[in-house]
Amino acid sequence: MKRFALAGNPNCGKTTLFNSLTGSTAHVGNWPGVTVDKRDGVYKKCAEPVAIIDLPGIYSLSPYTPEEVIARNYILDEKPDCVINIVDATNLERNLYLTTQILEMDVPMVIALNMMDAVERQGDKIDAKELEKRLGIPVVKISALKEQGLQELMDKAFNESKKERRGSTVLKDTPIAHLIGDVRIALSGQNVGNPLFHAIKLVEGDEIEVEMHKETLPMVEEFKSTFNDEIFGTDFEALVADGRYKYISKYFAPVLTRKSKEKFAATRSDRADKVLTNRWAGIPIFLVILFLIFHLTFSENFLFISTFANWAKSPLPTLEELGLLTAEGEPINYGVRWLATIYDGTIYSPGVIVNNIWNDMIVGELFGWIQGLIEGSGMAAWAVGLLNNGIIEGLGAVLSFLPPILTLFLFFSILEDSGYMARIAFILDRMFRRFGLSGRSFLPMIMGFGCSVPAMINTRTLADEKERTATVRVIPFFSCGAKLPILTAVAGAIILQFAGGSGNADLITYAMYLLGIIVAIVCVLLMRATTLKGETPPFIMELPAYHAPQFKNLMAHLWDKTKHFIKKAFTIILASTILIWVLTHFGFDWRFLEDEQINDSILAGLSRLVQPLFTPLGFGSQLGEYGWVFVLAAVAGLIAKENVISTFATLGACLIAAGVLPGFNADAIYADDTGIQAVVAMIAATNITVPGLISFIAFNMTTIPCFAAVGTAKSELGERKRFNWTLVFWIAVSYTVGAIVYTIGAWWWTLFIWAAAAAAVTCFIVFYNKGKIKLKFPKRAK
Amino acid sequence: MQKTLDKFVIGESGVVKSVGGEGKIKRRLFDMGITPGAEILLRKRAPLGDPLEITVRGYELSLRITEAQCVVLEVRDETTAGEAKQ
Repeated sequence: MKRFALAGNPNCGKTTLFNSLTGSTAHVGNWPGVTVDKRDGVYKKCAEPVAIIDLPGIYSLSPYTPEEVIARNYILDEKPDCVINIVDATNLERNLYLTTQILEMDVPMVIALNMMDAVERQGDKIDAKELEKRLGIPVVKISALKEQGLQELMDKAFNESKKERRGSTVLKDTPIAHLIGDVRIALSGQNVGNPLFHAIKLVEGDEIEVEMHKETLPMVEEFKSTFNDEIFGTDFEALVADGRYKYISKYFAPVLTRKSKEKFAATRSDRADKVLTNRWAGIPIFLVILFLIFHLTFSENFLFISTFANWAKSPLPTLEELGLLTAEGEPINYGVRWLATIYDGTIYSPGVIVNNIWNDMIVGELFGWIQGLIEGSGMAAWAVGLLNNGIIEGLGAVLSFLPPILTLFLFFSILEDSGYMARIAFILDRMFRRFGLSGRSFLPMIMGFGCSVPAMINTRTLADEKERTATVRVIPFFSCGAKLPILTAVAGAIILQFAGGSGNADLITYAMYLLGIIVAIVCVLLMRATTLKGETPPFIMELPAYHAPQFKNLMAHLWDKTKHFIKKAFTIILASTILIWVLTHFGFDWRFLEDEQINDSILAGLSRLVQPLFTPLGFGSQLGEYGWVFVLAAVAGLIAKENVISTFATLGACLIAAGVLPGFNADAIYADDTGIQAVVAMIAATNITVPGLISFIAFNMTTIPCFAAVGTAKSELGERKRFNWTLVFWIAVSYTVGAIVYTIGAWWWTLFIWAAAAAAVTCFIVFYNKGKIKLKFPKRAK
Repeated sequence: MQKTLDKFVIGESGVVKSVGGEGKIKRRLFDMGITPGAEILLRKRAPLGDPLEITVRGYELSLRITEAQCVVLEVRDETTAGEAKQ
């Protein structure tokens, strides 16, 4: 099958084109070597099916950012049959800069001139025929969004792929043309592929090329030493870049005729930007948007309508007051069940409504039906237990987190697609620089609130290796959607058990989110001052024009996400759920145990073994006989954070069967979606204190994330050593944070000890960095 | 009159004369189209004063004050523009 690679600037509509071309055949995989999301799919409407490969969005083929190196290596090493270079017609000059570089490679190529509709809307014109003549390769006008011109583009590309193309350069009028020519001939003589491209990069002094062609280097240096430009001196990189842009301005830019003579005319996007990044309003607007996102996703008090109703002394009636519930508190009919997903004395936010419909009306209904079938099937007791309590309950718990994750992801996709995300980075850069990061690292961090996996993949937009490492490490502290149920369940249980049911559980949840952010900031500061020292990375970033997010793209994003999550739910999480059920229902002698014999189970034994380690964190030895449930849940959480609460539910049912928890009902625990009852059961079994519980959630928030995230971190960090240290870092941070939270919560005066310790560490680092203190490390014998 | 980009006031524009700075930053500035001869307009400063937003080659780019210090421009205003023509 022929392979066509899509190359272009970020934001040129590449993803849209890719989605339009490949439709449902697209799938996401990993690049060999450096792992970056690779997407490929199949286009079926050509003479024969063609594989479409989506390269990362890039501005240049410089050796400085990982995406650029990936795109460059793909074209050079994998030799696609044709490169489709997407050019954003609204931003012709800069887009063609990349084109001039790809032109230098010996690969068939066509230009897809995208966003022509936007150009024409402004009343401007682009002479595509003229551009085609001047570039010497086919140029096709397309609209990726409206799917116009795609067939013509693909036919042209298919046609080109049958021909051979030699690289050509726009640098032939520059003073270094003969130098490039000579190096090219020398490289051709050595049978190097793509001689023109390599020759130009060598002349530029490109780090990767210099490494690759050591034997040719002396020759290049000799040529270079005789050369001295009057403007650029011997700065060849500058000379080449300038040569490209000069050529573009002179020969390519004139194909564009602008209607308005005004060079910097204000567009609608500019007017929106005036407000959104306004000197005074910019930051408040950002905070309101952030609040709205979380409000729309999680609030059970939509737009505070019921609060206003209470103020107006006319509170909204609950379903019970309306007489719509039976004596048992169940809805009286099917219609009311639907109503209950939207309203019960308060109106729920859209995110909560979706969540309710999914959990109550779809998953709950389906799984209840399956469980009924299994119970009626006459299987052995242990098989029914494994299927119903182990697998189906576990899966149900996992699937119940899908709605909030997707809702959050939808909002972040809208921010990203609309162009506002880049402005957030712009607004916040100043603040982030203080921590040694750029405003750009904000994007992946805030994505961490949705899910760490896409967030970590997103860090590859950060050019600086150290900034990237620091960002990947702290992303899990931005509590992800799967950790939220741990927070809400434990917070709800604390209010119910220790505050008599009155109090604001949300406050605890928010406080934990805040704690995560503070821990992240402290850790970044610490790393940038010690192990990851370095210059603050540059912040030279395009601010794309605002545009309405495209429904099709959003849905494609969400579908990717859903597929990924469901796959995870049915593989790793399902496996771990089964494992936990087996470990809790078999003893060390591999004898099947009834629920009430859980104390003899393998997992109980293992957890008891490590339980003392968690004593400083408040959920270790002080909790007595059943204290290991917290250790076990934390361990299960390492496999997937969703497991923490579902483990509580399983254990709760086991302990009830064992007669440990009189007055508790296993069915009630399973029926409780919030997980609060499961935590309440754990509290009753262990007498854990509030500081212990808070420490437990703090520990879970900051410790090693789920396997999916760990795997992503491993591939994004690249080096094995760096990844191992990241694991150590996560364990150390979570242990410290848990210990701090517990000790201060239990004995407030320990605050002074921790403060003194923090001050001592800070002083030490400051003085050490100033060279006032020197550490003598014993030198290792070689 | 020549001055570096960070000294520009909002709404002022100019033509790039030279670009300095350390290798990586300079290369990035070049790649984004800030090369000698390019016209730049300073559009705004971020709410906290830094970074800056400019228009170059028909699109918007943000860069920090420290990076803007690497870019030297010939200021374009009514009087100097007139002189340049002659």
